[in-house]
Amino acid sequence: MLELKNVHKTFNVGTVNEKVALNGLELKLEDGDFVTVIGGNGAGKSTMLNAIAGVWPIDMGKILIDGKDITRLPEHKRARYIGRVFQDPMMGTAGTMEIEENLALAARRGNARTLKVGITRQEREMYRERLKILGLGLEDRMTSKVGLLSGGQRQAITLLMATLKNPRLLLLDEHTAALDPKTAAKVLELSEKIVQQNQLTTLMITHNMRDAIKYGNRLIMMHEGRIIYDVRGAEKQSLQVSDLLARFEQLSGDGANDRMLLS
Amino acid sequence: MDITTLFNAMPGAFSQGLIWAIMAIGVYITFRILDVADLTVDGTLGLGGAVCIMCMLAGMNVWTAMLLAFIAGILAGLVTGLFHTLMGIPAILAGILTQLSLYTVNLKVMGKANQAINVDKYDLLISLRFVKGVPFWQNTIVVVALIVVLLIAVLYWFFGTELGCSIRATGCNGNMARAQGINTNFNIVLGLMLSNGLVAFSGALLCQYQGFADVSMGRGAIVIGLAAVVIGETLFGKVFRNFALKLLSVAIGSIVYYLVMQICIWFRIDTDLLKMLSAIVVAVFLAIPYWKAKYFTKVNVRKGGADNA
Repeated sequence: MLELKNVHKTFNVGTVNEKVALNGLELKLEDGDFVTVIGGNGAGKSTMLNAIAGVWPIDMGKILIDGKDITRLPEHKRARYIGRVFQDPMMGTAGTMEIEENLALAARRGNARTLKVGITRQEREMYRERLKILGLGLEDRMTSKVGLLSGGQRQAITLLMATLKNPRLLLLDEHTAALDPKTAAKVLELSEKIVQQNQLTTLMITHNMRDAIKYGNRLIMMHEGRIIYDVRGAEKQSLQVSDLLARFEQLSGDGANDRMLLS
Repeated sequence: MDITTLFNAMPGAFSQGLIWAIMAIGVYITFRILDVADLTVDGTLGLGGAVCIMCMLAGMNVWTAMLLAFIAGILAGLVTGLFHTLMGIPAILAGILTQLSLYTVNLKVMGKANQAINVDKYDLLISLRFVKGVPFWQNTIVVVALIVVLLIAVLYWFFGTELGCSIRATGCNGNMARAQGINTNFNIVLGLMLSNGLVAFSGALLCQYQGFADVSMGRGAIVIGLAAVVIGETLFGKVFRNFALKLLSVAIGSIVYYLVMQICIWFRIDTDLLKMLSAIVVAVFLAIPYWKAKYFTKVNVRKGGADNA
């Protein structure tokens, strides 16, 4: 479904801040894979997601979705295939626009924007039903500005927007990291529910190893811009946090760093 | 200091305010909706005036002349937009570059620094001579007010369409817009074109009103536009939530600006000082929300902190 072939990306080439972020990354996802991604700081997790989304061009390699080469496609054109939720709750929604307007923008992902009315009455009904699923009472506040909502509410809406039109691939970039533990758990449960219901192929970055084990059918561990551990199915289900930490030390030849221990 | 001179001057100030309202609405599109400070407009206003007056002197109908002025403005916006998106020049600098080029363009269009048009010989749509003592439907205030209302209605419709919504999203959050498949670069260029088209149209009206176009007629226009935006927001920001009403508040802001200027003139304040006064007014009003956020939110923070701890 998604294929990354020998992807390289270096930031700030030729300066003291030069950083090899992706170093010959190889990854192949099957249809319906729900993959959790773990790794220390600077391992290249977010860089991988940004490379797939097309935030900037990669230096070398190929990215394919359903066999189609999207390496040179600009970000807004890749959006046709990809739904995204960011770490920063402010980033996924337009704060000065209404909840229903945000949803209407997302409902047109991959379509040309015409001079037709921006949001129709039937759509509003549909959004109301979808918002009910979130269980946050937002269905009664559809004309409120998103900027007035809490981080958790905004993140829930972003999740809804990313999946409103079934994407071929869902990218969740530590989307619960900025939320308080209770809200984070709720948004995570919601994510799983939506992914399961729609059988979405998903890449989810997390710093919480327990979540990484609990959710999804496959787990990858990244280090220095490539994947050093890839486990799926029954083997993944039986993993323990201690196994992962041991793995990490063994494979990376490195003590687990602070963020890894936060689990 | 005769009060009747002030009253006699008011209709003129009101008409000028209305003409500049169109320009201010153009500034609102870039400054508030796209979140870009576009300095092209200083040149575009003169461009609109120059194109309109030269077309009319060449014997064109007033509507054709204004349409061509509008198109010229759109092209100026296109240039700034391409400087910004295609060549990666920061928006402010892109605007300044176009603005400077427009000075040359305006000189070449008119052939000299200014061109006059005689209201008796040409069939102008508006003029400072049409403010008093003309039939109702020829009154400049009525004509321009109608144009402003029509413009607000069209913009209200446009920014409610799929395309208009995507432009709003582009200005509010580019990351989100791109993630939702919106071509943000295209939208920025489109917004700049629309904005500058309106500013040039305003220039076309202004040159008819005052009976001449001048290469420097747009100097400081951006500040007047911003003044209208901040005055409108300060007066009506709390009550006008609807988009059409927000545009209306900008128009009213422009009128208020000209009425206040007229009062300043009536007080015999040195007119050389007026531009600086406008700049100070804009600076202070732009600073107020910043100061509010920085110095006057402590109480709320403490309260919220206790609740959310």
